[in-house]
Amino acid sequence: MAEFWTNFAWPTVTITAQILVIVVPLLVAVAFLTLAERKVIAAIQMRKGPNVVGPFGLLQPFADGLKLLVKETIVPSGANAAVFVAAPMLTFALSLIAWAVIPFDAGLVLADINVGILYLFAISSLGVYGIIMAGWASNSKYAFLGALRSAAQMVSYEVSMGFVIITVLLCVGSLNLSDIVRAQETVWFAIPLFPMFIIFFVSTLAETNRSPFDLAEGESEIVAGYFVEYSSMAFALFFLGEYANMILMSAMTSILFLGGWLPPIAVAPFTWIPGPIWFVAKISLCLFVFLWVRATVPRYRYDQLMRLGWKVFLPFSLLWVVLTAGVLVATGWAPR
Amino acid sequence: MAMLDRGARSLLLAEIVSGLALTLRYFFRPKVTLNYPFEKGPLSPRFRGEHVLRRYPNGEERCIACKLCEAVCPAQAITIEAEPRADGSRRTTRYDIDMTKCIYCGLCQEACPVDAIVEGPNFEFAAETREELMYNREKLLANGDRWETEIAANLSADAPYR
Repeated sequence: MAEFWTNFAWPTVTITAQILVIVVPLLVAVAFLTLAERKVIAAIQMRKGPNVVGPFGLLQPFADGLKLLVKETIVPSGANAAVFVAAPMLTFALSLIAWAVIPFDAGLVLADINVGILYLFAISSLGVYGIIMAGWASNSKYAFLGALRSAAQMVSYEVSMGFVIITVLLCVGSLNLSDIVRAQETVWFAIPLFPMFIIFFVSTLAETNRSPFDLAEGESEIVAGYFVEYSSMAFALFFLGEYANMILMSAMTSILFLGGWLPPIAVAPFTWIPGPIWFVAKISLCLFVFLWVRATVPRYRYDQLMRLGWKVFLPFSLLWVVLTAGVLVATGWAPR
Repeated sequence: MAMLDRGARSLLLAEIVSGLALTLRYFFRPKVTLNYPFEKGPLSPRFRGEHVLRRYPNGEERCIACKLCEAVCPAQAITIEAEPRADGSRRTTRYDIDMTKCIYCGLCQEACPVDAIVEGPNFEFAAETREELMYNREKLLANGDRWETEIAANLSADAPYR
């Protein structure tokens, strides 16, 4: 019996508590990200944005959430009900489980696995299943078109993202995310690998279906894309999933290129601030750029999107992989 | 050379960066938002909002039931019925405006020979049911009593241009 407590029950409790400590702040962050998006875009368009519900509109996301919660979930009569309902759950769950391997500080990580970056890459690739399932199960032309676009887009950009990650891995010599951050103690990879940093960031925009690559939603052509038929909490789960993915991709950018929890320079006033705060600050900066880009750049045409992915990013990142590997071997900087 | 120039510009993302710089400048510009329910924008004296039926200063209603407004109304939103009153003057017994049909063109107030029907400065008369937007004579006269000060000021401000 004692064995049951030490080997099973107690770990279950602690792991559940750890998961809650990550997921609850994440969901709050998602809620406020929706508000931040409206505020940032409003500011760029010289408007004020939501400012009536609570001070500075801070209660707006909760009002929106409550509205979605009390609405009716409509399952279209032509839809495949089981897949239709499963799709938003899958999207939402996938956007949360990726956080298991994200290191918030040295040693502060739920699952410190040695293939962390592969896990992240695999989970973000699985995200397309939620979208395809939603598009197919809705039995609607708009949803189906949106899902097809999204599938092609995510596959295209994952290739160049893979090469970008390979250049980082060449410099680190480990797939463990904490090791990747520690390797940046002298200099953040954003500086020596600057072009890769830009390519990675643009690919994350495409990967999360964010503007200017939001062809999967494409309000002006295919209404809302894969989630046209969704309402109420099913819609809210897609929405939460999309924003949680944005935060995840920002975290990934911070870990791979902006030195994760490390301060910009390891000197006195910067080292006083604890690591998780630096990490959150870097994520916030990336998220601001996400929103800033959305307010600036118009949507790409589909052939332009494919051209950029296959004819610009792919050869360029491939070239950079060769270049990085060559430099590392020639100078003997390559990690053991 | 031109090709090199173009290539460098696209490789360094010159256009996207300049676009982002522009939007970042706008991010810090003062905002133009009007806090609508708490502060309101200026209205022209000619503003055509909710209709009112006005009265003379002695309390007698102006409308003489000539039905010019009913005739001119392009949306046929106005319905008038009239008969002589006990003192022999011609007055309406029924003056209805269907506010859901009205297109706020202002032809009724142009047609009116006694400035009885006027579109006032009020535009905040949204209702929860359709029925509330079927205005009758009493509602229009009550509106007239409520908005008389503003409407008289607007009419005198606009008078030199008519």
